[in-house]
Amino acid sequence: MAKTKVVVDPITRIEGHLRIEVQAENQKIANAWASSTQFRGIEIIMEGRDPRDAWAFTQRICGVCTVVHAVASCRAVEDALDIHIPPNANLIRNLVHGMQFIQDHVIHFYHLHALDWVDVVSALKADPAGTAKIAKSISPWPNNSETYFAEVQNRLKTFVSSGQLGIFTNGYWGHPAYKLPPEVNLLAVAHYLEALDWQRDVIRLHTIFGGKNPHPNFLVGGMASAINLNDAATINSARLTEVKDMITRARRFVDEVYWPDLLAIAGFYKDWAAIGGGTGNFLAVGEFPETDIRDIKSLYLPRGIIMNKDISKVLPYDQEKVKEYVTSSWYEYSGGDKVGLHPYEGETKAKYTGPQPPWQFIQDFEKYTWMKAPRYDGHPMEVGPLARMLVGFASGQPDIQEVVKEALGKLNVGPAALFSTLGRTAARGVETVVLAHRMGKWFDDLVARIKGGDVATFDKSKWDPGTWPKTAQGYGFVDAPRGALGHWVQISDENISRYQCVVPTTWNASPRDDKGVVGPYEAALMDNHPLADPKQPLEILRTIHSFDPCNACGVHVLDATGQEVMEVKVQ
Amino acid sequence: MFYPSAHPWAEDETLGEHLERTGVSRRDFLAFCGEFCAILGLGSVMTPKMAAALEALKRPSVIWIQLQECTGCVESALRSADPTIGDLILDLISLDYQETLMAGAGEAVESALQAAIKRGNYLLIVTGSVPLKENGIYTMIGGRTAHDVLVEAAGNATAVVAVGACAHWGSVQGSRPNPTGAVGVSDIIKDKPVVNIAGCPPIADVITATVVHYLTFGNVPALDYDGRPLFAYGSRIHDQCSRRAHFDAGQFVTEFDDEAARKGWCLYEVGCKGPATFSPCPIFMWNTRTNWPIGAGHPCLGCTEREFWDTMTPFYGRLPNVAGLGIEKTADTWGAALAIGAAAGVAAHAVATGVHQVRQKRKLPIAESQGKDTNNG
Repeated sequence: MAKTKVVVDPITRIEGHLRIEVQAENQKIANAWASSTQFRGIEIIMEGRDPRDAWAFTQRICGVCTVVHAVASCRAVEDALDIHIPPNANLIRNLVHGMQFIQDHVIHFYHLHALDWVDVVSALKADPAGTAKIAKSISPWPNNSETYFAEVQNRLKTFVSSGQLGIFTNGYWGHPAYKLPPEVNLLAVAHYLEALDWQRDVIRLHTIFGGKNPHPNFLVGGMASAINLNDAATINSARLTEVKDMITRARRFVDEVYWPDLLAIAGFYKDWAAIGGGTGNFLAVGEFPETDIRDIKSLYLPRGIIMNKDISKVLPYDQEKVKEYVTSSWYEYSGGDKVGLHPYEGETKAKYTGPQPPWQFIQDFEKYTWMKAPRYDGHPMEVGPLARMLVGFASGQPDIQEVVKEALGKLNVGPAALFSTLGRTAARGVETVVLAHRMGKWFDDLVARIKGGDVATFDKSKWDPGTWPKTAQGYGFVDAPRGALGHWVQISDENISRYQCVVPTTWNASPRDDKGVVGPYEAALMDNHPLADPKQPLEILRTIHSFDPCNACGVHVLDATGQEVMEVKVQ
Repeated sequence: MFYPSAHPWAEDETLGEHLERTGVSRRDFLAFCGEFCAILGLGSVMTPKMAAALEALKRPSVIWIQLQECTGCVESALRSADPTIGDLILDLISLDYQETLMAGAGEAVESALQAAIKRGNYLLIVTGSVPLKENGIYTMIGGRTAHDVLVEAAGNATAVVAVGACAHWGSVQGSRPNPTGAVGVSDIIKDKPVVNIAGCPPIADVITATVVHYLTFGNVPALDYDGRPLFAYGSRIHDQCSRRAHFDAGQFVTEFDDEAARKGWCLYEVGCKGPATFSPCPIFMWNTRTNWPIGAGHPCLGCTEREFWDTMTPFYGRLPNVAGLGIEKTADTWGAALAIGAAAGVAAHAVATGVHQVRQKRKLPIAESQGKDTNNG
């Protein structure tokens, strides 16, 4: 039987460096390998440092989800040292993290994922009046006029006729898998451009509370941005008004642009509701504590586990059941490569055993990635918006149920459609809508507290290392835009003795484990997955991008010498 | 910097023709040039010269590669400037390669990159460090090492702009004990100018202003002892800080969220590295001039300085206690010593005096030894 070996490396429109290899057969994917090709060793660098500095180091794990590692680190240290941050600091963190979600999900949809579904060149053929008609039928957004879309189309025409297509050069334009009518393509292109301006504006919420973005500042014990309504250099009424306006503009764009666009586009791709499901196991650690991080019931996005696509029951999550395996990863454990280690016993000792560069294939090697393989109670788990929305839906979280039902109703599909590439992309939209509406409550709560006379943003009781126990350990969780994140810290004699992170993309891009069970990317690519033309792996991009990988780069399909697109081996 | 422009610039047009066609008035264009002269520290007398140089330009090629990094610098660039100036900046270049937002893929994109490299005469922008241990296998792109990708892309570049602390010197992954052997671009590329846009991440406007300078004068701006453009890194945060008056008055925050913090007093006692850090944060500010770290009540981490993850930590330690500083000095004398070191031969703040000094990268032995003393002493 003829199998075609296909290499997609680097994957474009993601964060980081990711390589996908598959074996294709009869226009379907028969086998898949996900390989992360960058290692930095930040856990090793943490050893011996001041735990109060750890948020800044770990924040640099990712400049796209630039909030989440900092918050996870602060929470881990606060857990270890029993620090209770003031309610205002918790609300400010929710606002900062909430805006991270909203901005990140919108950028992902328009700038990283949309071009898998939207044919830019086709938009040139659109009738702007038709686009305006469609736009007005789904949204009251003020830019929905024929004149506006004609202007965007004219710019696009000039752009294409200049012969310098920039980032649009050599896309898979005209690929038969593109299904949108030209008018909808034009709609999406117009909003691609609008979203670029929008994201620059709303993310300034981070700058107000954290001083800059990317990489705003955080603080173990609370937040550094002091509140004083009567000073120009602090969080005051003018600053709070700016924040409120940004929340309003964020919500309006989500309600009137992103959400209607997503539903309109999804309606043309309902076949992708039966493709790319994957492991069927979902993990959400939960996020947005509305009282205190230690009160798990106060998490606005609930915590829980769903196994085997069974949404009739939500199982409890216990961090002690998390273990990482290195059977397929370029690391070695002192106890051998078949064992799994809990992060408190975790080891990060790199040991590269792959081929010397340049590479041809790595699928023939037992170890093929820098990702470890995290397992929950021995099972691979998908994390991210789909996991959170499923857990929320199954837990009866009313806001999530309402928006999920709206989506299923408008697309006229049942809940089974959620376990798919399309379901993953739709769940991200559901989550954005839900959070865009919740931001207002957190803001109002903050204002109400200030009005009541509480301006505290920092718990100083354990700031001095002299107050710390000789040894301590803590777990900090964050459910980040891309999924469940955990930081585990151990402190000894005022310094970090061990630091381990299990990050969302480690869960999703996990390689095979000790039993040979594949991770979520790999499982999704092997789930009823088409690949019409290995030289134009558009379908692979759709499913991989539906996870919103945090690895970075651009899709190239290269062999080892960088000349030919894919190499084919007949087996 | 890398999304399709709303007003595409045809290949054979000069910028002047292009602006005329797209309806940008002469007045707006001169205002833009004036703004950039101000950012670059060039007097207003330079505005017409910059305008003339820019108008005669053909759309130059820029290639952007990403190595061992977190993508934060690309995100920072996405937040740049306000849309009007942003559009103009986007129009200044032909971005022939940028991985994060590229639609296309495969052989054709790779060959477009190869063609751009072969044509030569392009500016290379690099984010990310280069891991050298284990034959470079800690960052592989398209099956090749980051080192090989960089060396090839730099081959025909006229100049290289290393954006961010990773490309500058290795940043967080290059910190003790540097498990992957991460180094900066200038450790690899020795045969052409390398500009270090320092910071973790840098402010987007510094990147765009450096590119505009290159387009205008055909060369990189004047650099300090560490390859950083003086127009951005020539002054100390401490000297431009909006809270400086409180330092001079002895009004310090001693604990976060204390009464002093609620009055916006100086953060020196809680670890601010502003006295030892050369950066445009207080002047350019962040995210369309919304705020900056000290403005949001957090001490400066010193992220524009080489090896700051080791030399500026613990971040909440008061400066004289910072590892490696050694002798007890006040923040001001310590910073002043650095300032003299960095600026010797260039003269502090002299950037503003004109272009005659803008031409060459300066290596200053005094500054280097001063830097070593302060880092290791």
